[in-house]
Amino acid sequence: MSYLCQQLINGLQLGSVYALIALGYTMVYGIVRLINFAHGDIFMIGAYVGYFALNVYKIPLPFVFPLAMAICALLGMTIEKLAYKPLRNAPRINLLITAMGVSLFLEYFSSLKFIFGPNFLAYPRPFRVTNICLGGLMINSVTIFVFLIVFSLLLLLEIIVYRTKIGMAMRAVSYDKETSALMGINVDNIISFTFGLGSALAAVGGILYGIAYPQIHPFMGIMPGLKAFVAAVLGGIGIIKGAVVGALIMGVLEVLTSAYLSSTWRDAIAFSLLILFLIFKPTGIFGKEEMEKV
Amino acid sequence: MKKIPSFLFILLLYLILKILFTTNLLNPYLQQIILYVGIIIIWTLGLNLIYGFSGQFSLGQAGFYGIGAYLGAILTKLFPHSLAIIPLSLFASFFGTGLIAFLIGIPVLRLRSDYLAIATLGFGIIVKVLFDNADAILPQFGGSRGMLGIPKYTNLEITYLFLIAVIFLMRNLINSKYGRALLALKNDEITADVMGINTFWYKTFAFALGSSFAGIAGWLYAHLYTFLHPSNFEFLKSIDCLLIVILGGMGSITGTILAAIIWIFLIEGLRVILPASLVEWRFIIYPLLLIIMMIKRPQGILGKR
Repeated sequence: MSYLCQQLINGLQLGSVYALIALGYTMVYGIVRLINFAHGDIFMIGAYVGYFALNVYKIPLPFVFPLAMAICALLGMTIEKLAYKPLRNAPRINLLITAMGVSLFLEYFSSLKFIFGPNFLAYPRPFRVTNICLGGLMINSVTIFVFLIVFSLLLLLEIIVYRTKIGMAMRAVSYDKETSALMGINVDNIISFTFGLGSALAAVGGILYGIAYPQIHPFMGIMPGLKAFVAAVLGGIGIIKGAVVGALIMGVLEVLTSAYLSSTWRDAIAFSLLILFLIFKPTGIFGKEEMEKV
Repeated sequence: MKKIPSFLFILLLYLILKILFTTNLLNPYLQQIILYVGIIIIWTLGLNLIYGFSGQFSLGQAGFYGIGAYLGAILTKLFPHSLAIIPLSLFASFFGTGLIAFLIGIPVLRLRSDYLAIATLGFGIIVKVLFDNADAILPQFGGSRGMLGIPKYTNLEITYLFLIAVIFLMRNLINSKYGRALLALKNDEITADVMGINTFWYKTFAFALGSSFAGIAGWLYAHLYTFLHPSNFEFLKSIDCLLIVILGGMGSITGTILAAIIWIFLIEGLRVILPASLVEWRFIIYPLLLIIMMIKRPQGILGKR
């Protein structure tokens, strides 16, 4: 029983990291209908920025997060401007292929020796890891740290999206691009902002992932990125609450599969779930049916 | 008028290659590369049939390639002493892969555009996990350690024969009633439906046939390199396949052939020519090329609008 609870906590920890990535996927999809494959690589770059800031430049932890967020937000916005914006009226598949190109570019560019190098790097732990006993359960200080950061970021995101003017504009653009442009919203700026916001969250996800599972390499973004995307589909793509719930489900499911079945099967489980959801309930847990327009 | 020269060309090309192969004018490494190019052409033509001609975006082609490879290799490995196993295993790779694609296609092909892409991508990843764990079913599969001891059956004749067969099959298919139906389906599925084309059947058919090509390519690959590893069939390989089809041009047979040749000779050739410090740059140029292509010329080098 306590083993199960222990695994549940591990699953929630992984799930909350996935949630930070899934949010970016879901917001971008909601606004431009693009599966941004490069998002997983922004997560990877966030992890590397954290690594260099902590390990090489010895920047204290509270400053590392805003730094990585700023760099990744800038990167996300640049990618949008250069690669996706010229294709805004092109078929969706062209956009998807471009996103894959950007993703490959980021991965191989990062593997160059004078950038990050192709090897695995051990991630520094910025604080001492201690175990806290809570009624028979051992909780890691890393786990608590991850939960705290993710929770506060979710709160911040909730405020941005539902309590500010720019959040209202984001929701308007995702609802109807043309009409919101007519209402005086600068659609380009809102799209740019959404990419920046999503990328900043992914950057934090990258650092937390590095701290929690202390090993990074240039291709580390592929699998968590894809799984976060699965999570976004699970919760209903385009829905913020759905992305978080979907990510927590994915995290718990993955850890439970590793614990009770075999860790080699966990990817198969995740993607079987994706295919089943796509076939039987493509709108996800929280999604509403959408009429197809001819 | 046009039939005879193309027949002569095929024969001539075969003779040239045969002379090059038997007189050892080409070293074994280059011979292997030439056969590999043929395999890649068969594989990518399959995707061009699915995506370029029928408009069904598949990101799982590495999975079908792998299924063909593993199906064929397990048969020839289990029965190493009989030659009858060669046609039998080829048959298994072609129809087995096609059947699996058919069964997967029935539920998955109801999805459109990027949702289909994601579902087939998921399928590819599941297949790779199956390969990783296949030694639990049959130890000869080797699982994540890789599959050793596959007999080397792939030679110039067999590869060339299948390459020509696939090209002819595709060319004739495209110019037939089926090809027109696929074209209509690609341009506008709803209109095609209204015109009385059974779009679902045609989609599934194209998907199964294109994947069978991948299966044959897989067989040839397995029996050329005599070693299989699950990582040969991972998600990034599916993207390679897609890159070749897009660079060559959607719905262009010659384009795919050309792009596959250029692709392999660039990847392998640049490895020999470039100094070691610049070799990694190859993989930075390709994605950039892809992005620029999508923005400036989305129909590919030889593609039509």
